[in-house]
Amino acid sequence: MNDYVFQWGVVWRAFPALMSGAALTLQITFLSMALGFVIAVPLALMRQSRGVLFAVGSGWVHIGRNTPCLFQIYVAYFGLTAFGINLSSYVATLLALTFNNASYLSENLRGAISSVPVQQSSAARSLGMTRAQTFIRIIFPQALAFAWFPITNTVMVAMLNSSLGMVVGLQELSGTAAFESSKSFRTFEFFAITALIYYVVAKFLLGLSWVGFRKISRNPAR
Amino acid sequence: MIEVDNLTKRFGILEVLKGISLAVEKGRVVSLIGASGSGKSTLLQCINGLEPVQAGSIRVDGTQVNDPRTDLNKLRQKIGIVFQQYNAFPHLTALENVALAPRIVKGLPKKEAAALAVQELAHFGLDSKANAYPSQLSGGQQQRLALARALAMQPRYLLLDEITSALDPSLVQEVLDSLRMLRKDGMTMLIVTHEIRFAREISDQVAFFASGKICEFGPPEQVIGKPQNDLTKLFLAAVK
Repeated sequence: MNDYVFQWGVVWRAFPALMSGAALTLQITFLSMALGFVIAVPLALMRQSRGVLFAVGSGWVHIGRNTPCLFQIYVAYFGLTAFGINLSSYVATLLALTFNNASYLSENLRGAISSVPVQQSSAARSLGMTRAQTFIRIIFPQALAFAWFPITNTVMVAMLNSSLGMVVGLQELSGTAAFESSKSFRTFEFFAITALIYYVVAKFLLGLSWVGFRKISRNPAR
Repeated sequence: MIEVDNLTKRFGILEVLKGISLAVEKGRVVSLIGASGSGKSTLLQCINGLEPVQAGSIRVDGTQVNDPRTDLNKLRQKIGIVFQQYNAFPHLTALENVALAPRIVKGLPKKEAAALAVQELAHFGLDSKANAYPSQLSGGQQQRLALARALAMQPRYLLLDEITSALDPSLVQEVLDSLRMLRKDGMTMLIVTHEIRFAREISDQVAFFASGKICEFGPPEQVIGKPQNDLTKLFLAAVK
């Protein structure tokens, strides 16, 4: 180990490949978050209702949060073939991450929705707003501000989780690093640089989150 | 006209309203006084359809509130309510707070709704605060904002639920002045209040509540000035 001589040249030559891997990581993070969010809002509402809707919503959230993301990717890629559904590694990873994100995001939102004082709803309803108008105009905007940083946290975990796509052959950042390093066996160098890239991407997402927060929370007291 | 007839309201096994009957005629101001927990606020919530009731009836201009066929969203446009805790929408400016419901409930064009909001804000002395957020307003200003928001829907009735109870003593008068102004404008109001002197001054009729019942009802000179019921006497002696 002491004789190990670091050689960074191979990493540098593979840098364009790593960058396109990072781009795929970002892409799959954004897509799985956007899709996950669209599903998370009704999931959060279902969890506050009763009967079948509650059961379906809770089932989704429980499975999503209490099984490993790796397992979910395996199910999407290998498991679904038992039902004749053959997904590419890209689609399978996207599907599994969306499933996973939706369950975490819905819990972020559910907590935030219930922390909006119930009087806000009374005030809106007493002005003649419907339940839907009350949710969209009054409850949701406030809940989104409450949930913003928990959601940011979920985004960052999702971005790191996308590295699991490599187990089904997805050439995102980790997959690319593994593939490129196998050509030269310069594993340390490749994964050191890869970790650094993940770090930068995570910081970038955090920065985006702050910019977004300034936009959604116009209220100066927040 | 608001007509409440033999109304019963329970929360689980707790009976909060035990056969309340009360009529508020158009243009009149009626105050509900009594100890906390006697059911005054609950009655207002029931009249607005925010709380379901178990027996009896509530009619507003002949429309029964506690009838599943009644379109409550439509009915509520007629009945404004203002709460103890202001309940301003914190994510909206004062102007947006007032303009939102006229725009999305009544379908007013954006410009008209904004003009109406400016007018209502001015009415309550908040013209300079149109672009402020509720967190930048004092309690008294927030409560006047809540009044402006309710009035922008041009309701026929206004229900006021202890609207000065959460205010600094120094801010109570500005809100009471707003109510005096509304009375002059001929607004029909049902006021839950602990401000006995104010109730005496502004009301046409006063109802004294104790444990879910109206113990005494009549003009303020009678109920507050010369109470007949022992419970009323006891209560008034305690708050004086």
